[in-house]
Amino acid sequence: METEFTPLASTIGGVLIGTASVLLMLTLGRIMGATGILAGFFSPASREDFYWRAAILAGMVTGPLVYLVLMGEMPAVQVPISTPMLLIGGFIVGIGVTYGSGCTSGHGVCGMARLSPRSISAVATFMLFTGLTVYVIRHVIGA
Amino acid sequence: MRIFVAYLIGIVFGLGISISGMANPAKVLNFFDVAGTWDPSLAFVMGGAVIVTFLGYRFVLKRPMPLFDRQFLLPGSNVIDLKLLGGSAVFGIGWGIAGFCPGGALPALGTGRIEVILFTIALVAGIFAARALMNFRRPSAPTQA
Repeated sequence: METEFTPLASTIGGVLIGTASVLLMLTLGRIMGATGILAGFFSPASREDFYWRAAILAGMVTGPLVYLVLMGEMPAVQVPISTPMLLIGGFIVGIGVTYGSGCTSGHGVCGMARLSPRSISAVATFMLFTGLTVYVIRHVIGA
Repeated sequence: MRIFVAYLIGIVFGLGISISGMANPAKVLNFFDVAGTWDPSLAFVMGGAVIVTFLGYRFVLKRPMPLFDRQFLLPGSNVIDLKLLGGSAVFGIGWGIAGFCPGGALPALGTGRIEVILFTIALVAGIFAARALMNFRRPSAPTQA
């Protein structure tokens, strides 16, 4: 499935993601990592800890609705794989980010921005394995 | 105030994800499909996000404390071990299969699409399975946040 190359929109989106990361550090002193925020939401350290996590998750979910108001349509969500594969992939992602202590936002944005050797190693590893997986699925198995 | 600020930051993040294309698995997977229908857009997402965060953190982390909390909570560990690299490799495999990462999927829930809801349920199940496995192997290990 072809997708259009969108350097401008993707850069603007990236700048907003970065802005959110900086603002979260400035206000609450936290890393903007989707894995960490979600994991902590299910086992918060305190009631106060639960509230800010619930609020930021609610804000995230509101994001596409703001996009809808601005652009007149929902952001595209094209899923080129079967539902069983989607579920298997989601489960594997959950295991991986828990053991790896982070994902694309935590390690990929915040950790890389801090020049953390741990995050840089994590990002190099998951980018390599994501690329290999896509290659195997699309060009070796041919799904 | 903390809750209001957190909600606004979530919106900025979710809007950024929506505009960037990270909420779209087809686009994410095409970034990695250099040998096929390659779409290099995600390099611009990562580039924009990392540069802004790098510059912003330089100013923010010079402050003695955040605006609405007592301290900055930064990961203190510098250990690059099998848990980190193995976990990241497993994450990469899952990301390569599904095309959603947690940061892309959570905002995408706002579109109400059933595929995103199913992915997120599987993601949370995976997180709990990994935790159960960790606690089973090391009962005293603290759960991470």
